[in-house]
Amino acid sequence: MSLSVLMFYLLSGIILTFSVLSITTRRILRAAVYLLFVLVATSGLYFLLKYQFMAAVQLTLYAGGIVVLIIFSILLTHHITHRFNRPELTNLLMGISVAVIGSGVVLATLLTHPFKAANVTELPVDMTEIGNQLLSTGKNGYVLPFELISILLLAAMIAAIVVAKKEKNKNSEI
Amino acid sequence: MIQGIPLEHFLIVSTIMFFIGVCGFIIRRNLITMLMAIELILNSVNINFVVFNRYLYPDQMQGHFFSLFIVGIAAAEASVAIALIINIYRNLKNIDVENVSEMKY
Repeated sequence: MSLSVLMFYLLSGIILTFSVLSITTRRILRAAVYLLFVLVATSGLYFLLKYQFMAAVQLTLYAGGIVVLIIFSILLTHHITHRFNRPELTNLLMGISVAVIGSGVVLATLLTHPFKAANVTELPVDMTEIGNQLLSTGKNGYVLPFELISILLLAAMIAAIVVAKKEKNKNSEI
Repeated sequence: MIQGIPLEHFLIVSTIMFFIGVCGFIIRRNLITMLMAIELILNSVNINFVVFNRYLYPDQMQGHFFSLFIVGIAAAEASVAIALIINIYRNLKNIDVENVSEMKY
């Protein structure tokens, strides 16, 4: 068994364990930290697949950005010592049965479908290639979704600022 | 591709992770933890995109770019959702879904 195979099973074990823990723990800050572990282990999977840029984006944006944002909002809205009540039994049964049935169906489909790999040479994914394809308009160019995502991010930033801003005192208006 | 690991093993991991996220979305009653469940779901979809790209079409980069875009969309969605959650907390002092029914008629 080679080292990368061992690493893959270790990372999958971490991902599955901590994702279960993150939805079952009764302390919300712990749930956020378990989510952080899941995201870091996922970036490890990207490193194994030799997508270094994707792994770096995952680490900085997800693990660095979104988890910090979630932890800040937890600190703004909860007491640290707060514990959730246990979920209602009907909810629990519903959730578990949906998960079991759904994953059964999807896994049965996956394991019976024959995946055929294209017989081509691997393209090395380096920064020059990523930059060229992301900003080209020709074949294999992704400039349109790139522009779309930039406009979406701008709109989301403005929306977040407008929504979270404190309401102005009417009397202090000019 | 990695020698010795079939494609299906990656897909099994991401499928189980997806349905853990769905399960968490159903059993949690708090807006922030539901947001975390959505992050789990998006993350498992990302794994699928990247793995299909690497194993089935290694001469192109569609999966790579689409998972990049999904990460961007997840960031935008999380920032707007957290702004809304903080605003709800300011008005109602509570962010459990049962109690946020002010705008129902």
